[in-house]
Amino acid sequence: MFAETVTAIAADLKAGRYSSADITEHYLARIAEFDPGLNSYITVCADEARAAAARADALLARGEGGPLTGVPYANKDIFCTRGIRTSCASRMLDNFIAPYDATVVEKLTGAGMVMLGKTNMDEFAMGSSNETSWYGPVRNPWDLSRVPGGSSGGSAAAVAARLAPVATGTDTGGSIRQPAALCGITGLKPTYGRVSRWGMIAFASSLDQGGPMALTAADLALLMNAMAGHCARDSTSVERPAEDFTRLLAQPLTGLRIGLPTQYFAAGLDPAMREAVDAAVGVLRALGADTVSVDLPHAGYAIPAYYVVASAECSSNLSRYDGVRFGHRCDDPRDLTDLYTRSRAEGFGAEVKRRILVGTYALSAGYYDAYYGKAQQLRRLIQQDFTRAFAGVDVILGPTTPTTAFELGQKTDDPLTMYLSDVYTTAANLAGLPALSMPAGLIGGLPAGVQLIGNYFDETRLLNVAHQYQQETAWHLARPPHA
Amino acid sequence: MSIGATEIEGIARLARIRIDAADVARYAGQLSQILTYIEAMNEVDTSGIEPLAHAIDAVAACRPDLVTETVDRATLQAGAPRVEEGYYLVPRVIE
Repeated sequence: MFAETVTAIAADLKAGRYSSADITEHYLARIAEFDPGLNSYITVCADEARAAAARADALLARGEGGPLTGVPYANKDIFCTRGIRTSCASRMLDNFIAPYDATVVEKLTGAGMVMLGKTNMDEFAMGSSNETSWYGPVRNPWDLSRVPGGSSGGSAAAVAARLAPVATGTDTGGSIRQPAALCGITGLKPTYGRVSRWGMIAFASSLDQGGPMALTAADLALLMNAMAGHCARDSTSVERPAEDFTRLLAQPLTGLRIGLPTQYFAAGLDPAMREAVDAAVGVLRALGADTVSVDLPHAGYAIPAYYVVASAECSSNLSRYDGVRFGHRCDDPRDLTDLYTRSRAEGFGAEVKRRILVGTYALSAGYYDAYYGKAQQLRRLIQQDFTRAFAGVDVILGPTTPTTAFELGQKTDDPLTMYLSDVYTTAANLAGLPALSMPAGLIGGLPAGVQLIGNYFDETRLLNVAHQYQQETAWHLARPPHA
Repeated sequence: MSIGATEIEGIARLARIRIDAADVARYAGQLSQILTYIEAMNEVDTSGIEPLAHAIDAVAACRPDLVTETVDRATLQAGAPRVEEGYYLVPRVIE
């Protein structure tokens, strides 16, 4: 019987119970069996995975390698991989093969991990349901008629369905946490600047942050040890001494101060979701934590501010796709303007175009102050709300999403309703704070997620709280029916 | 904020994205709805609040100006739509 968590797989490899080749074949076979129904991978790299497993086994046989050597993983198709297509789930990059590895990929390869493939996502990470992918939607392994969340929906579905023990994700407004919640797994968006953005295709540069998605908090900690760290190629990468993200996992929660924002328990929260969150709070109280109500008065403005900042930055970042140097080019352009405008019209999907247009408008002459300037002022107020709250508490807790996974197609005709599924997650990106989502129950057979937001660089505290919670509960080990 | 067809065409021109005439009204409706929602920001008096461009206070990162990468033109241009003798080809710009 193959183990399912990174921690247990690594122990099996160290003890020689299984080889990396055995475990890699096991996952490749599961992908072949279950992924046709889920569509969680855009590209499966069977040959490369087998070669990497053989290299890992050679290292392990000599008693070498680190804690992750030989452990398989999946990469969101936003991380550049040398020689293997990186599509960002866009027609624009359907033929794009990066000439280099992203820093995250370089680090995980260096740690001896085995990449199984590249996971599906919303196009250019813009979406909350994984329905904007050029390669078709991902289905939720808990209910195939429902979305897995987004934008890291393929990574979340693959981990939930045991088609990879762990995957990378990126989070600009909730894209790690929201799909983790909807698929019943654990996901961490680190503090902005922790994980290098080099080779991670840009959406909104001041908000984008990569992080791990796994079954358990302990597995996230192991991955953070490999993924995090200063990178000279990313000018916003934070220079801090290396730290062991597993170091506080076992710490008791006695005396932990948890803040519950009144705004996150207000109207719009599904009553069953509220019950699940309350139950999780009960478990943490029984473990010795104290709870106190906190006020985040500008919480309601996080989504409008987020959509201005994210769209503005995306309109600038995506101007690089011009049909000249790489990516899609239209047939028979009449002139240079026709080449640009038609290549972009054909290469981008509807949601990406909408955001580029919103961002272009918000940055255009005469509107800059009313939209972009105003959004940046609100960003300051939202950050100050958190600073005040963290003066009295160690972590902030609330729901990750207002509801469980919704039906495919339910929100595709109404962009605004789709945006509101990120109501609890965007604030952490605007403020740059670390935040984690962990499974905390099933509602009508669908996972519910609890979000923990931490102070800057306090990921070890979030991992500690989640790990202690996972010692007392088994929601994180619940298996979806389609796996 | 209500956005009309002329404005959509202007924004699309700035963004270098061609929008079919049949789709202009749909984009106008959706952008109007999104911008109206965004204007909820105006409920907050932000006079005197310093804009926050970036969450982490950081000074510009500097490094020694050393050559650390070698550029292999053939590899970098392997994915380009049209290349000739090391140059990217585009339609004629000057008549």
